[in-house]
Amino acid sequence: MFRTRPDARPATVEVLVEGTPVLVPEGASAAVAVLLAGLSAIREMPVTGSPRGPLCLMGVCFDCLAEIDGVPNRQACMVPVAPGMRIARQRGAREARP
Amino acid sequence: MTDFDVAIIGAGPAGMAAAVEARSRGLSVLVVDENAAPGGQVFRAAEAAAQDPAVGPAIAPGLPLVAAFRGSGATYRPATTLWHLDADEGALSLAAHGRAEDVTASRVILATGAQERPVPIPGWTLPGVMTAGAAQILLKTAGVVPSGAVVLAGQGPLVWLLAVQLARAGVASLVLETRTTSLAAALARAGGGVWAGRRLLAKGLALMAGARRRGVRVVTGIRGPRAEGEGRVQRVAWEGGSAPCDTLLLHEGVIPSTHVSRAIGLEHEWDATQACWRPVADAFGGSSHPRIAVAGDGAGIGGWEAAVAAGRLAALDAARRLGALAEDAFAARTATLLAVRAAALSPRGFLDALYAPPAAVLAPADDVIACRCEEVTAGAVRRAARLGATGPNQLKAYLRCGMGPCQGRLCAPTVAALIAEARGLAPGEVAPLRPRAPYKPVTVGMLAGGAETLQQGGK
Repeated sequence: MFRTRPDARPATVEVLVEGTPVLVPEGASAAVAVLLAGLSAIREMPVTGSPRGPLCLMGVCFDCLAEIDGVPNRQACMVPVAPGMRIARQRGAREARP
Repeated sequence: MTDFDVAIIGAGPAGMAAAVEARSRGLSVLVVDENAAPGGQVFRAAEAAAQDPAVGPAIAPGLPLVAAFRGSGATYRPATTLWHLDADEGALSLAAHGRAEDVTASRVILATGAQERPVPIPGWTLPGVMTAGAAQILLKTAGVVPSGAVVLAGQGPLVWLLAVQLARAGVASLVLETRTTSLAAALARAGGGVWAGRRLLAKGLALMAGARRRGVRVVTGIRGPRAEGEGRVQRVAWEGGSAPCDTLLLHEGVIPSTHVSRAIGLEHEWDATQACWRPVADAFGGSSHPRIAVAGDGAGIGGWEAAVAAGRLAALDAARRLGALAEDAFAARTATLLAVRAAALSPRGFLDALYAPPAAVLAPADDVIACRCEEVTAGAVRRAARLGATGPNQLKAYLRCGMGPCQGRLCAPTVAALIAEARGLAPGEVAPLRPRAPYKPVTVGMLAGGAETLQQGGK
């Protein structure tokens, strides 16, 4: 439950969150894009599967790990949005890929 | 021959000031920072956010420093992570844009800043629970605000600043203040520092009045806050009350970000007033390692004005050590800065006394999650301590706390406090967690790319 303030910072960058286009302001992080997409949880934990959203947004907590442009386990709060960026939530643990 | 005279980790107030000062002494300077723009946390995205009426006034004092840093001629590497530091060799391993790279420096200044103290309360892992700092980052980087019912729970200057900034952005929040220390008690404990810091204190009182004037509702002296809800936070409750809540923003002050300084084995000391570890440093930031200095909030919380002075002091010390500044000039230049820093630090005693974190925040009840990554409760940590886990480093083998993605950044203070309590020791008697490299995850592909570069360079 977050909203932009177009008068202060217009939403001009289109990214895909779980495949759905979302407009976000330039300078926002991928984690903010997930919040603006209306999703409260960004992943389900590997240990118990409980839902988890971003906590600190400054690179400390690692709660916002997401798959960004096909690369898993990225700190979504540390990745600024770029046009066309694909952001996907993570469910459970990642699997090693060859 | 090293790549740079000085490498600075962090482009916040201390790092930027250190870079400007070192450049003015003719030194070659590298500044590495994880964020996309300079400013650190307090002046995060300052250039982009300056025109936003919600945060503009708080950011304005940082703009001249950001401009001076941009124009300093320092090699600035934004969006870059330091993942290993070999202090003996002065070798920094960096990662940026999917590539790893090594650089060397004669002197390294760690200006890693602060992070928010973890606030482990029941339900704090529910989506919708964030830190007050996170809400400020939303505002500064993107002008974004929470909608629905917004509750700020905790204490400290940032709570009031954020309440005012949210109000300016059209969000009326509810503040649940956890402060239990009275103004009179804090004044008595702080002694003479209050008069010197009256400007800052007046600012604080004006903020609190401003928040109420703008329609912020306030409940003071609350105890036992907890987040409740199914799948996300829907309600916040405390002893004797509850309120609907869509976004809960927690804050119990900030602590030095010491991940790197602990990883490289610098000597640290327990700061009982601020309830945190800080690297041992001399007046100019010189640490226990002859190549490494620490400056700003990463060396002990003092705020941005003290950090600017500390950054410049560390840079002047670097210039002296590297032969770019004579002893008499060093003494003349540093005298003023030492006085400026002392003045900036003068209100700390009062602030630290007034906003001392509650015991339940430092060592929460058994059913509260202490380690978010591995989902370990405080009760499990206490049991492991009674079984024989003597500190956070030993606890890794019992419960994996510190081995999840955050590598103990968030849980280490809580885990150490719980172990100290279970073993009947003072917090400073339990050695802090020793983080290991890589300080942040790097992919195998990045490392392989770096190795290829090295091989080609050797041919």
